[in-house]
Amino acid sequence: MKVLVCISQVPDTSTKIVLKNNNTAISSDGVTYVINPYDEWYALIRAIELKETGIATEVHLVTVGSANVEPVIRKALALGGDEAIRIDADSDDPYETAGYIAEYAAGGAYDLILCGKESIDYNNGTTGTMLAGLLDINYVGFATGIQLEGNTAVVTREIEGGEETDACNLPVVISCQKGVAEARIPNMRGIMAARTRPLKVVVPTKIAPLTQILSYELPPAKAGIKLVSSDNMDELVALLHTEAKVI
Amino acid sequence: MSVIVLIEHTGGTIKKKNFEALHYAAHIAKQTGTTVTALVLGTVAVAEMESLGEYGAQKVLHVADSRLNELHARAYAGAVIAAAQKEGSKIIITLHDIGGRMVAPRVAVKLGAGLVAGALSYPDTEKGFVIKKAVFSGKAFAYVNILSDIKVIMLMPNTFPVAKIEGKAVVEQLDVSFGEEDFGVKVKAVNKVTGEVALADAELVVSGGRGMKGPENWGILEELAKELGAATACSRPVADSHWRPHHEHVGQTGGTVRPNLYIAVGISGAIQHLAGVNGSKNIVVINKDPEAPFFKAANYGVVGDAMEILPRLTAAVRKFKQQHK
Repeated sequence: MKVLVCISQVPDTSTKIVLKNNNTAISSDGVTYVINPYDEWYALIRAIELKETGIATEVHLVTVGSANVEPVIRKALALGGDEAIRIDADSDDPYETAGYIAEYAAGGAYDLILCGKESIDYNNGTTGTMLAGLLDINYVGFATGIQLEGNTAVVTREIEGGEETDACNLPVVISCQKGVAEARIPNMRGIMAARTRPLKVVVPTKIAPLTQILSYELPPAKAGIKLVSSDNMDELVALLHTEAKVI
Repeated sequence: MSVIVLIEHTGGTIKKKNFEALHYAAHIAKQTGTTVTALVLGTVAVAEMESLGEYGAQKVLHVADSRLNELHARAYAGAVIAAAQKEGSKIIITLHDIGGRMVAPRVAVKLGAGLVAGALSYPDTEKGFVIKKAVFSGKAFAYVNILSDIKVIMLMPNTFPVAKIEGKAVVEQLDVSFGEEDFGVKVKAVNKVTGEVALADAELVVSGGRGMKGPENWGILEELAKELGAATACSRPVADSHWRPHHEHVGQTGGTVRPNLYIAVGISGAIQHLAGVNGSKNIVVINKDPEAPFFKAANYGVVGDAMEILPRLTAAVRKFKQQHK
Protein backbone atom coordinates (compact mmCIF):
# COMPACT_ATOMS: atom_id res chain seq x y z
CA MET A 1 0.00 0.00 0.00
CA LYS A 2 1.35 3.38 -1.03
CA VAL A 3 0.65 6.35 1.21
CA LEU A 4 1.06 10.01 0.32
CA VAL A 5 1.20 12.61 3.09
CA CYS A 6 0.60 16.27 2.26
CA ILE A 7 2.91 18.55 4.23
CA SER A 8 2.80 22.29 4.40
CA GLN A 9 5.25 24.76 5.88
CA VAL A 10 3.76 27.32 8.25
CA PRO A 11 5.06 29.98 10.63
CA ASP A 12 5.48 28.70 14.17
CA THR A 13 2.42 29.27 16.39
CA SER A 14 4.20 31.91 18.47
CA THR A 15 5.05 34.05 15.41
CA LYS A 16 4.19 37.71 15.70
CA ILE A 17 2.59 38.67 12.40
CA VAL A 18 4.25 41.69 10.80
CA LEU A 19 2.88 43.16 7.57
CA LYS A 20 5.03 44.66 4.83
CA ASN A 21 4.80 46.13 1.30
CA ASN A 22 1.87 48.35 2.17
CA ASN A 23 0.07 45.45 3.93
CA THR A 24 0.12 43.23 0.85
CA ALA A 25 2.49 40.61 2.32
CA ILE A 26 3.55 38.99 5.57
CA SER A 27 7.13 39.63 6.65
CA SER A 28 9.23 36.49 7.00
CA ASP A 29 12.03 38.28 8.88
CA GLY A 30 12.83 36.35 12.01
CA VAL A 31 9.96 33.90 11.44
CA THR A 32 10.59 30.27 12.39
CA TYR A 33 8.91 27.89 9.97
CA VAL A 34 7.64 24.49 11.05
CA ILE A 35 5.65 21.59 9.63
CA ASN A 36 1.95 22.36 9.92
CA PRO A 37 1.03 20.67 13.25
CA TYR A 38 -1.98 18.77 11.87
CA ASP A 39 0.13 17.44 8.99
CA GLU A 40 2.98 16.43 11.28
CA TRP A 41 1.44 15.19 14.51
CA TYR A 42 -1.46 13.32 12.98
CA ALA A 43 -1.21 12.66 9.22
CA LEU A 44 2.51 11.97 9.00
CA ILE A 45 2.79 10.03 12.24
CA ARG A 46 -0.19 7.83 11.33
CA ALA A 47 1.42 7.09 7.95
CA ILE A 48 4.67 6.15 9.72
CA GLU A 49 2.74 3.89 12.10
CA LEU A 50 1.15 2.15 9.12
CA LYS A 51 4.62 1.58 7.67
CA GLU A 52 5.97 0.29 10.99
CA THR A 53 3.12 -2.21 11.29
CA GLY A 54 3.71 -3.47 7.76
CA ILE A 55 0.40 -2.18 6.38
CA ALA A 56 2.01 0.52 4.24
CA THR A 57 4.85 -0.43 1.94
CA GLU A 58 5.85 3.10 0.95
CA VAL A 59 5.26 6.51 2.52
CA HIS A 60 5.86 9.58 0.39
CA LEU A 61 5.71 13.19 1.53
CA VAL A 62 4.61 15.96 -0.80
CA THR A 63 4.74 19.71 -0.42
CA VAL A 64 4.16 22.71 -2.66
CA GLY A 65 6.72 25.46 -2.31
CA SER A 66 9.97 27.00 -3.41
CA ALA A 67 13.43 25.83 -2.27
CA ASN A 68 13.05 27.56 1.10
CA VAL A 69 10.61 24.84 2.29
CA GLU A 70 13.27 22.13 2.00
CA PRO A 71 14.49 22.33 5.63
CA VAL A 72 10.95 21.69 6.82
CA ILE A 73 10.38 18.75 4.47
CA ARG A 74 13.75 17.32 5.61
CA LYS A 75 12.50 17.58 9.20
CA ALA A 76 9.39 15.67 8.14
CA LEU A 77 11.60 13.01 6.55
CA ALA A 78 13.52 12.75 9.82
CA LEU A 79 10.31 11.56 11.46
CA GLY A 80 9.86 8.94 8.75
CA GLY A 81 8.86 8.41 5.16
CA ASP A 82 10.76 6.96 2.23
CA GLU A 83 10.99 9.98 0.01
CA ALA A 84 9.80 13.54 -0.32
CA ILE A 85 8.53 15.46 -3.30
CA ARG A 86 8.67 19.22 -3.52
CA ILE A 87 6.41 20.66 -6.18
CA ASP A 88 8.23 23.76 -7.26
CA ALA A 89 5.53 26.43 -7.09
CA ASP A 90 4.40 29.22 -4.81
CA SER A 91 0.69 29.39 -4.21
CA ASP A 92 -1.70 30.81 -1.68
CA ASP A 93 -4.79 29.82 -3.68
CA PRO A 94 -6.33 26.56 -2.37
CA TYR A 95 -7.39 25.42 -5.85
CA GLU A 96 -3.94 25.97 -7.32
CA THR A 97 -2.23 24.15 -4.43
CA ALA A 98 -4.60 21.18 -4.55
CA GLY A 99 -4.27 21.11 -8.34
CA TYR A 100 -0.49 20.69 -8.18
CA ILE A 101 -0.74 17.89 -5.62
CA ALA A 102 -3.51 16.20 -7.61
CA GLU A 103 -1.43 16.35 -10.79
CA TYR A 104 1.45 14.62 -9.00
CA ALA A 105 -0.71 12.14 -7.05
CA ALA A 106 -2.63 11.05 -10.14
CA GLY A 107 0.51 9.41 -11.51
CA GLY A 108 1.57 7.87 -8.20
CA ALA A 109 -1.03 5.11 -7.70
CA TYR A 110 -1.48 6.05 -4.04
CA ASP A 111 -3.98 4.04 -2.03
CA LEU A 112 -4.18 6.45 0.85
CA ILE A 113 -3.61 10.20 0.91
CA LEU A 114 -3.40 11.87 4.32
CA CYS A 115 -3.35 15.54 5.20
CA GLY A 116 -3.97 17.67 8.26
CA LYS A 117 -7.48 19.02 8.79
CA GLU A 118 -6.22 22.55 8.02
CA SER A 119 -3.05 24.60 7.91
CA ILE A 120 -2.48 27.10 10.69
CA ASP A 121 -1.47 29.86 8.27
CA TYR A 122 -4.45 30.27 5.94
CA ASN A 123 -6.90 28.17 7.99
CA ASN A 124 -8.76 27.02 4.89
CA GLY A 125 -9.01 23.28 5.50
CA THR A 126 -9.82 22.72 1.85
CA THR A 127 -6.80 20.90 0.38
CA GLY A 128 -7.94 17.37 1.21
CA THR A 129 -11.49 17.85 -0.07
CA MET A 130 -10.29 19.56 -3.23
CA LEU A 131 -7.71 16.86 -3.81
CA ALA A 132 -10.38 14.14 -3.52
CA GLY A 133 -12.58 16.10 -5.92
CA LEU A 134 -9.82 16.54 -8.47
CA LEU A 135 -8.85 12.85 -8.25
CA ASP A 136 -12.54 11.87 -8.16
CA ILE A 137 -12.09 9.61 -5.14
CA ASN A 138 -13.60 9.31 -1.67
CA TYR A 139 -12.90 11.80 1.08
CA VAL A 140 -13.31 11.54 4.82
CA GLY A 141 -12.69 14.69 6.83
CA PHE A 142 -11.84 15.43 10.46
CA ALA A 143 -10.60 11.92 11.24
CA THR A 144 -9.89 11.05 14.87
CA GLY A 145 -8.87 7.46 14.12
CA ILE A 146 -7.81 5.49 11.03
CA GLN A 147 -7.66 1.71 10.66
CA LEU A 148 -6.94 -0.23 7.47
CA GLU A 149 -8.60 -3.60 6.86
CA GLY A 150 -7.45 -4.96 3.52
CA ASN A 151 -8.78 -2.64 0.84
CA THR A 152 -11.02 -0.80 3.31
CA ALA A 153 -10.33 2.24 5.45
CA VAL A 154 -12.29 2.41 8.69
CA VAL A 155 -12.29 5.99 9.87
CA THR A 156 -13.64 7.52 13.05
CA ARG A 157 -14.39 11.16 12.42
CA GLU A 158 -15.76 14.16 14.23
CA ILE A 159 -19.36 15.11 13.54
CA GLU A 160 -21.31 17.89 15.20
CA GLY A 161 -21.95 16.78 18.75
CA GLY A 162 -20.19 13.44 18.53
CA GLU A 163 -18.34 10.93 16.42
CA GLU A 164 -19.14 8.70 13.45
CA THR A 165 -17.40 5.61 12.15
CA ASP A 166 -17.19 5.38 8.37
CA ALA A 167 -15.84 2.72 6.05
CA CYS A 168 -14.84 3.06 2.44
CA ASN A 169 -12.75 1.39 -0.21
CA LEU A 170 -9.32 2.70 -1.11
CA PRO A 171 -8.17 5.01 -2.61
CA VAL A 172 -9.29 7.71 -0.21
CA VAL A 173 -8.17 11.11 1.00
CA ILE A 174 -8.43 11.56 4.77
CA SER A 175 -7.90 14.78 6.71
CA CYS A 176 -6.52 14.18 10.18
CA GLN A 177 -6.80 15.78 13.58
CA LYS A 178 -6.20 14.96 17.23
CA GLY A 179 -6.76 11.30 18.05
CA VAL A 180 -5.36 9.87 14.81
CA ALA A 181 -1.85 9.46 16.26
CA GLU A 182 0.38 10.54 19.11
CA ALA A 183 2.98 13.20 18.31
CA ARG A 184 6.64 12.17 18.23
CA ILE A 185 9.94 13.97 17.99
CA PRO A 186 12.60 12.94 15.47
CA ASN A 187 15.54 11.00 16.91
CA MET A 188 19.16 11.36 15.84
CA ARG A 189 18.97 8.21 13.72
CA GLY A 190 16.01 9.62 11.84
CA ILE A 191 17.72 12.95 11.34
CA MET A 192 20.82 11.25 9.92
CA ALA A 193 18.74 8.92 7.73
CA ALA A 194 16.70 11.86 6.39
CA ARG A 195 19.84 13.34 4.85
CA THR A 196 20.19 10.43 2.50
CA ARG A 197 16.53 9.99 1.60
CA PRO A 198 15.54 11.34 -1.81
CA LEU A 199 13.94 14.77 -2.07
CA LYS A 200 12.62 15.07 -5.60
CA VAL A 201 11.76 18.40 -7.15
CA VAL A 202 8.87 18.38 -9.60
CA VAL A 203 8.16 21.29 -11.93
CA PRO A 204 4.39 21.39 -12.34
CA THR A 205 2.23 22.54 -15.21
CA LYS A 206 1.21 26.06 -14.17
CA ILE A 207 -2.33 26.30 -12.82
CA ALA A 208 -4.01 29.70 -12.82
CA PRO A 209 -5.18 30.68 -9.33
CA LEU A 210 -8.88 31.34 -8.80
CA THR A 211 -8.37 33.67 -5.84
CA GLN A 212 -5.86 36.33 -4.96
CA ILE A 213 -5.01 37.86 -1.59
CA LEU A 214 -5.06 41.62 -2.11
CA SER A 215 -4.05 42.74 1.36
CA TYR A 216 -3.75 41.87 5.04
CA GLU A 217 -4.84 43.60 8.19
CA LEU A 218 -4.00 43.12 11.85
CA PRO A 219 -6.85 42.87 14.36
CA PRO A 220 -7.49 45.97 16.45
CA ALA A 221 -5.76 46.03 19.83
CA LYS A 222 -7.86 44.81 22.75
CA ALA A 223 -9.51 47.70 24.54
CA GLY A 224 -8.20 46.46 27.86
CA ILE A 225 -9.57 44.23 30.55
CA LYS A 226 -12.14 45.07 33.19
CA LEU A 227 -11.25 43.36 36.43
CA VAL A 228 -14.10 42.34 38.69
CA SER A 229 -13.69 41.53 42.38
CA SER A 230 -13.96 37.81 43.09
CA ASP A 231 -16.53 38.65 45.78
CA ASN A 232 -18.80 40.45 43.35
CA MET A 233 -20.07 38.04 40.71
CA ASP A 234 -23.32 40.00 40.48
CA GLU A 235 -21.25 42.80 38.92
CA LEU A 236 -19.74 40.42 36.37
CA VAL A 237 -23.19 39.10 35.42
CA ALA A 238 -24.46 42.67 35.12
CA LEU A 239 -21.55 43.57 32.81
CA LEU A 240 -22.20 40.49 30.66
CA HIS A 241 -25.83 41.56 30.38
CA THR A 242 -25.63 45.32 29.91
CA GLU A 243 -22.24 45.80 28.26
CA ALA A 244 -21.35 42.57 26.46
CA LYS A 245 -25.03 41.70 25.86
CA VAL A 246 -24.33 37.98 25.94
CA ILE A 247 -26.68 36.89 28.72
CA MET B 1 -29.03 33.24 -11.64
CA SER B 2 -30.07 32.93 -8.00
CA VAL B 3 -27.64 32.59 -5.09
CA ILE B 4 -27.58 28.98 -3.86
CA VAL B 5 -27.38 28.25 -0.13
CA LEU B 6 -26.71 24.71 1.06
CA ILE B 7 -28.90 24.17 4.12
CA GLU B 8 -27.87 21.73 6.81
CA HIS B 9 -30.33 20.01 9.08
CA THR B 10 -30.23 17.53 11.93
CA GLY B 11 -33.02 14.99 11.73
CA GLY B 12 -35.17 17.43 9.78
CA THR B 13 -34.55 20.43 12.05
CA ILE B 14 -32.77 23.40 10.48
CA LYS B 15 -30.34 25.21 12.77
CA LYS B 16 -29.92 28.96 13.28
CA LYS B 17 -26.55 29.15 11.55
CA ASN B 18 -28.33 28.38 8.27
CA PHE B 19 -30.46 31.49 8.76
CA GLU B 20 -27.23 33.51 8.93
CA ALA B 21 -26.27 32.01 5.57
CA LEU B 22 -29.67 32.91 4.07
CA HIS B 23 -29.40 36.47 5.38
CA TYR B 24 -25.92 36.71 3.83
CA ALA B 25 -27.24 35.35 0.52
CA ALA B 26 -30.15 37.81 0.60
CA HIS B 27 -27.65 40.65 1.02
CA ILE B 28 -25.73 39.49 -2.08
CA ALA B 29 -28.96 38.88 -4.02
CA LYS B 30 -29.98 42.47 -3.31
CA GLN B 31 -26.52 43.69 -4.44
CA THR B 32 -26.67 41.71 -7.67
CA GLY B 33 -30.37 41.95 -8.42
CA THR B 34 -31.12 38.26 -8.11
CA THR B 35 -32.89 35.85 -5.72
CA VAL B 36 -32.00 33.27 -3.06
CA THR B 37 -32.52 29.54 -3.54
CA ALA B 38 -32.04 27.24 -0.57
CA LEU B 39 -30.98 23.66 -1.24
CA VAL B 40 -32.29 21.08 1.21
CA LEU B 41 -31.07 17.49 1.06
CA GLY B 42 -32.83 14.53 2.65
CA THR B 43 -36.00 14.25 4.71
CA VAL B 44 -37.36 17.60 5.92
CA ALA B 45 -41.00 18.62 6.43
CA VAL B 46 -42.47 20.93 3.79
CA ALA B 47 -43.48 23.50 6.44
CA GLU B 48 -39.91 23.61 7.73
CA MET B 49 -38.65 24.27 4.19
CA GLU B 50 -41.33 26.87 3.46
CA SER B 51 -40.31 28.71 6.63
CA LEU B 52 -36.92 29.42 5.05
CA GLY B 53 -38.81 32.22 3.29
CA GLU B 54 -38.83 34.03 6.63
CA TYR B 55 -35.04 34.28 6.43
CA GLY B 56 -34.62 35.37 2.83
CA ALA B 57 -35.12 32.34 0.55
CA GLN B 58 -37.57 32.79 -2.31
CA LYS B 59 -37.28 29.18 -3.39
CA VAL B 60 -36.26 25.84 -1.89
CA LEU B 61 -34.89 23.08 -4.08
CA HIS B 62 -35.49 19.81 -2.28
CA VAL B 63 -33.65 16.59 -3.09
CA ALA B 64 -35.77 14.15 -1.14
CA ASP B 65 -33.50 11.09 -1.44
CA SER B 66 -33.44 9.69 2.11
CA ARG B 67 -29.85 8.52 1.69
CA LEU B 68 -28.95 12.20 2.02
CA ASN B 69 -30.05 12.19 5.66
CA GLU B 70 -26.44 11.16 6.23
CA LEU B 71 -23.66 13.43 5.02
CA HIS B 72 -22.22 11.87 1.85
CA ALA B 73 -19.71 14.43 0.59
CA ARG B 74 -19.72 13.26 -3.02
CA ALA B 75 -23.49 13.05 -3.29
CA TYR B 76 -23.93 16.40 -1.54
CA ALA B 77 -21.44 18.03 -3.90
CA GLY B 78 -23.29 16.49 -6.87
CA ALA B 79 -26.60 17.87 -5.59
CA VAL B 80 -25.15 21.35 -5.09
CA ILE B 81 -23.71 21.30 -8.61
CA ALA B 82 -27.04 20.10 -10.06
CA ALA B 83 -28.89 22.88 -8.23
CA ALA B 84 -26.38 25.53 -9.33
CA GLN B 85 -26.62 24.38 -12.94
CA LYS B 86 -30.42 24.31 -12.85
CA GLU B 87 -30.55 27.85 -11.50
CA GLY B 88 -27.62 29.15 -13.54
CA SER B 89 -26.07 30.25 -10.25
CA LYS B 90 -22.77 32.08 -10.04
CA ILE B 91 -22.59 32.23 -6.25
CA ILE B 92 -22.79 29.22 -3.92
CA ILE B 93 -22.83 29.59 -0.15
CA THR B 94 -22.19 27.01 2.55
CA LEU B 95 -21.16 27.23 6.16
CA HIS B 96 -17.53 26.88 7.20
CA ASP B 97 -18.34 24.03 9.53
CA ILE B 98 -17.82 20.27 9.38
CA GLY B 99 -20.57 19.76 6.80
CA GLY B 100 -19.65 22.71 4.62
CA ARG B 101 -15.98 21.87 4.69
CA MET B 102 -16.69 18.32 3.53
CA VAL B 103 -18.69 19.54 0.53
CA ALA B 104 -17.90 23.07 -0.66
CA PRO B 105 -14.26 22.56 -1.75
CA ARG B 106 -15.34 19.58 -3.86
CA VAL B 107 -18.03 21.70 -5.48
CA ALA B 108 -15.47 24.44 -6.13
CA VAL B 109 -13.01 22.23 -8.00
CA LYS B 110 -15.74 20.57 -10.03
CA LEU B 111 -17.05 23.97 -11.15
CA GLY B 112 -13.67 25.69 -11.44
CA ALA B 113 -14.87 28.15 -8.83
CA GLY B 114 -12.69 30.28 -6.59
CA LEU B 115 -13.42 29.69 -2.93
CA VAL B 116 -13.09 31.67 0.29
CA ALA B 117 -13.16 29.53 3.43
CA GLY B 118 -14.23 31.18 6.67
CA ALA B 119 -15.73 34.36 5.23
CA LEU B 120 -16.14 37.17 7.75
CA SER B 121 -17.55 39.91 5.51
CA TYR B 122 -19.99 40.55 2.72
CA PRO B 123 -18.30 40.76 -0.68
CA ASP B 124 -16.86 44.15 -1.57
CA THR B 125 -17.58 44.53 -5.26
CA GLU B 126 -15.72 47.85 -5.62
CA LYS B 127 -12.39 46.17 -6.48
CA GLY B 128 -13.65 42.83 -7.74
CA PHE B 129 -15.28 40.37 -5.34
CA VAL B 130 -13.30 40.79 -2.14
CA ILE B 131 -14.05 38.95 1.09
CA LYS B 132 -12.36 39.22 4.49
CA LYS B 133 -11.23 36.08 6.29
CA ALA B 134 -9.11 35.28 9.33
CA VAL B 135 -5.60 33.91 8.78
CA PHE B 136 -2.82 32.77 11.14
CA SER B 137 -5.47 31.53 13.57
CA GLY B 138 -6.98 34.99 13.96
CA LYS B 139 -3.71 36.90 14.33
CA ALA B 140 -4.41 38.65 11.02
CA PHE B 141 -7.09 39.04 8.37
CA ALA B 142 -6.74 38.63 4.62
CA TYR B 143 -8.80 40.30 1.92
CA VAL B 144 -9.32 37.71 -0.78
CA ASN B 145 -10.50 38.52 -4.29
CA ILE B 146 -12.33 35.70 -6.10
CA LEU B 147 -11.26 35.84 -9.73
CA SER B 148 -13.50 33.18 -11.26
CA ASP B 149 -16.97 33.58 -12.76
CA ILE B 150 -18.51 31.08 -10.32
CA LYS B 151 -17.77 31.75 -6.65
CA VAL B 152 -18.03 29.55 -3.56
CA ILE B 153 -18.22 31.25 -0.16
CA MET B 154 -17.96 29.33 3.11
CA LEU B 155 -19.29 31.46 5.96
CA MET B 156 -17.81 31.43 9.43
CA PRO B 157 -20.76 30.57 11.69
CA ASN B 158 -21.85 32.99 14.39
CA THR B 159 -20.63 35.96 12.34
CA PHE B 160 -23.61 37.36 10.46
CA PRO B 161 -26.98 38.58 11.69
CA VAL B 162 -30.27 36.76 11.32
CA ALA B 163 -33.20 38.85 10.14
CA LYS B 164 -36.73 37.53 10.09
CA ILE B 165 -39.08 38.81 7.40
CA GLU B 166 -42.57 37.99 6.15
CA GLY B 167 -42.36 35.29 3.55
CA LYS B 168 -42.89 31.71 2.52
CA ALA B 169 -40.51 29.96 0.19
CA VAL B 170 -41.77 27.95 -2.76
CA VAL B 171 -40.64 24.34 -2.47
CA GLU B 172 -39.66 22.57 -5.66
CA GLN B 173 -38.44 19.00 -5.95
CA LEU B 174 -35.08 18.47 -7.63
CA ASP B 175 -34.21 15.07 -9.02
CA VAL B 176 -30.54 14.26 -9.02
CA SER B 177 -29.25 10.97 -10.37
CA PHE B 178 -26.54 9.63 -8.12
CA GLY B 179 -24.05 6.90 -8.87
CA GLU B 180 -22.97 4.15 -6.48
CA GLU B 181 -19.65 5.95 -5.98
CA ASP B 182 -21.51 8.95 -4.52
CA PHE B 183 -22.31 6.78 -1.50
CA GLY B 184 -18.91 5.09 -1.40
CA VAL B 185 -18.32 6.12 2.22
CA LYS B 186 -20.61 3.98 4.40
CA VAL B 187 -21.65 5.14 7.84
CA LYS B 188 -21.11 2.24 10.24
CA ALA B 189 -21.85 3.83 13.60
CA VAL B 190 -22.85 7.19 15.04
CA ASN B 191 -22.08 8.15 18.60
CA LYS B 192 -23.78 11.43 19.46
CA VAL B 193 -23.21 13.09 22.78
CA THR B 194 -26.73 13.76 23.98
CA GLY B 195 -27.91 16.34 26.45
CA GLU B 196 -24.99 18.66 25.81
CA VAL B 197 -24.69 21.82 23.74
CA ALA B 198 -22.55 21.09 20.67
CA LEU B 199 -19.30 22.99 21.06
CA ALA B 200 -18.92 24.04 17.43
CA ASP B 201 -22.33 25.76 17.43
CA ALA B 202 -22.27 27.10 20.97
CA GLU B 203 -22.89 30.79 21.58
CA LEU B 204 -21.67 30.44 25.16
CA VAL B 205 -18.74 28.27 26.26
CA VAL B 206 -17.34 27.52 29.72
CA SER B 207 -13.86 26.06 29.50
CA GLY B 208 -11.58 24.59 32.13
CA GLY B 209 -7.84 24.16 32.38
CA ARG B 210 -5.34 22.66 34.75
CA GLY B 211 -6.35 25.24 37.36
CA MET B 212 -9.42 23.07 37.93
CA LYS B 213 -6.97 20.72 39.70
CA GLY B 214 -8.65 17.47 38.69
CA PRO B 215 -11.61 15.85 36.90
CA GLU B 216 -13.46 15.51 40.22
CA ASN B 217 -13.88 19.30 40.29
CA TRP B 218 -15.64 19.58 36.92
CA GLY B 219 -19.10 19.41 38.49
CA ILE B 220 -19.01 23.09 39.50
CA LEU B 221 -17.94 24.09 35.97
CA GLU B 222 -20.73 22.01 34.45
CA GLU B 223 -23.22 23.60 36.82
CA LEU B 224 -22.28 27.05 35.54
CA ALA B 225 -22.49 25.82 31.94
CA LYS B 226 -25.93 24.33 32.61
CA GLU B 227 -27.16 27.55 34.21
CA LEU B 228 -25.96 29.55 31.21
CA GLY B 229 -27.03 26.99 28.58
CA ALA B 230 -23.39 26.84 27.55
CA ALA B 231 -21.17 24.16 26.06
CA THR B 232 -18.19 22.90 28.03
CA ALA B 233 -14.64 22.88 26.70
CA CYS B 234 -11.14 22.36 28.00
CA SER B 235 -7.47 23.10 27.36
CA ARG B 236 -5.06 20.62 25.82
CA PRO B 237 -3.34 19.45 29.05
CA VAL B 238 -6.77 18.61 30.47
CA ALA B 239 -7.67 16.48 27.43
CA ASP B 240 -4.21 14.89 27.40
CA SER B 241 -4.62 13.97 31.07
CA HIS B 242 -7.99 12.37 30.19
CA TRP B 243 -9.82 14.58 32.66
CA ARG B 244 -12.18 15.47 29.83
CA PRO B 245 -13.05 13.89 26.44
CA HIS B 246 -10.88 14.88 23.47
CA HIS B 247 -13.75 16.48 21.57
CA GLU B 248 -13.82 19.22 24.24
CA HIS B 249 -10.22 20.24 23.58
CA VAL B 250 -10.05 23.76 22.19
CA GLY B 251 -6.87 25.27 20.77
CA GLN B 252 -4.29 25.09 18.03
CA THR B 253 -4.55 21.32 17.64
CA GLY B 254 -8.05 20.87 19.01
CA GLY B 255 -11.25 22.60 18.01
CA THR B 256 -11.85 26.23 17.17
CA VAL B 257 -14.76 28.10 18.72
CA ARG B 258 -16.32 31.50 17.99
CA PRO B 259 -18.88 31.99 20.75
CA ASN B 260 -20.34 35.26 21.92
CA LEU B 261 -18.93 34.46 25.36
CA TYR B 262 -15.94 32.28 26.29
CA ILE B 263 -15.34 31.82 30.02
CA ALA B 264 -11.85 30.44 30.67
CA VAL B 265 -11.40 28.94 34.12
CA GLY B 266 -7.93 28.05 35.33
CA ILE B 267 -6.42 28.32 31.85
CA SER B 268 -3.17 30.26 31.63
CA GLY B 269 -3.72 31.25 28.00
CA ALA B 270 -0.83 29.73 26.08
CA ILE B 271 -0.67 31.01 22.52
CA GLN B 272 -1.76 27.57 21.25
CA HIS B 273 -4.96 27.81 23.27
CA LEU B 274 -5.63 31.38 22.16
CA ALA B 275 -5.42 30.23 18.53
CA GLY B 276 -8.59 28.24 19.09
CA VAL B 277 -10.57 30.91 20.91
CA ASN B 278 -9.54 34.32 19.65
CA GLY B 279 -12.60 34.50 17.41
CA SER B 280 -14.69 34.76 20.61
CA LYS B 281 -16.58 38.03 20.85
CA ASN B 282 -16.16 38.30 24.64
CA ILE B 283 -13.69 36.51 26.89
CA VAL B 284 -13.91 36.20 30.67
CA VAL B 285 -10.81 34.87 32.41
CA ILE B 286 -10.94 33.41 35.92
CA ASN B 287 -7.47 32.61 37.23
CA LYS B 288 -5.72 32.86 40.57
CA ASP B 289 -2.48 33.98 38.87
CA PRO B 290 -2.82 37.70 38.07
CA GLU B 291 0.12 37.34 35.65
CA ALA B 292 -1.61 34.66 33.51
CA PRO B 293 -1.15 35.70 29.85
CA PHE B 294 -4.84 35.05 29.14
CA PHE B 295 -5.77 38.26 31.00
CA LYS B 296 -4.13 40.24 28.16
CA ALA B 297 -6.61 38.75 25.68
CA ALA B 298 -9.67 39.04 27.92
CA ASN B 299 -12.50 41.57 28.14
CA TYR B 300 -13.30 40.74 31.77
CA GLY B 301 -11.14 39.17 34.44
CA VAL B 302 -11.51 37.77 37.92
CA VAL B 303 -8.41 37.00 39.97
CA GLY B 304 -9.00 34.26 42.50
CA ASP B 305 -9.59 30.59 43.20
CA ALA B 306 -11.93 28.98 40.68
CA MET B 307 -13.26 26.60 43.31
CA GLU B 308 -14.70 29.56 45.21
CA ILE B 309 -15.59 31.80 42.27
CA LEU B 310 -17.48 29.29 40.10
CA PRO B 311 -20.25 28.53 42.62
CA ARG B 312 -20.61 32.28 43.27
CA LEU B 313 -20.88 33.01 39.56
CA THR B 314 -23.41 30.20 39.07
CA ALA B 315 -25.51 31.61 41.91
CA ALA B 316 -25.27 35.11 40.42
CA VAL B 317 -26.43 33.85 37.01
CA ARG B 318 -29.32 31.97 38.64
CA LYS B 319 -30.36 35.10 40.56
CA PHE B 320 -30.15 37.19 37.37
CA LYS B 321 -32.31 34.73 35.44
CA GLN B 322 -34.96 34.75 38.16
CA GLN B 323 -35.01 38.55 38.13
CA HIS B 324 -35.31 38.67 34.34
CA LYS B 325 -37.96 35.98 33.79
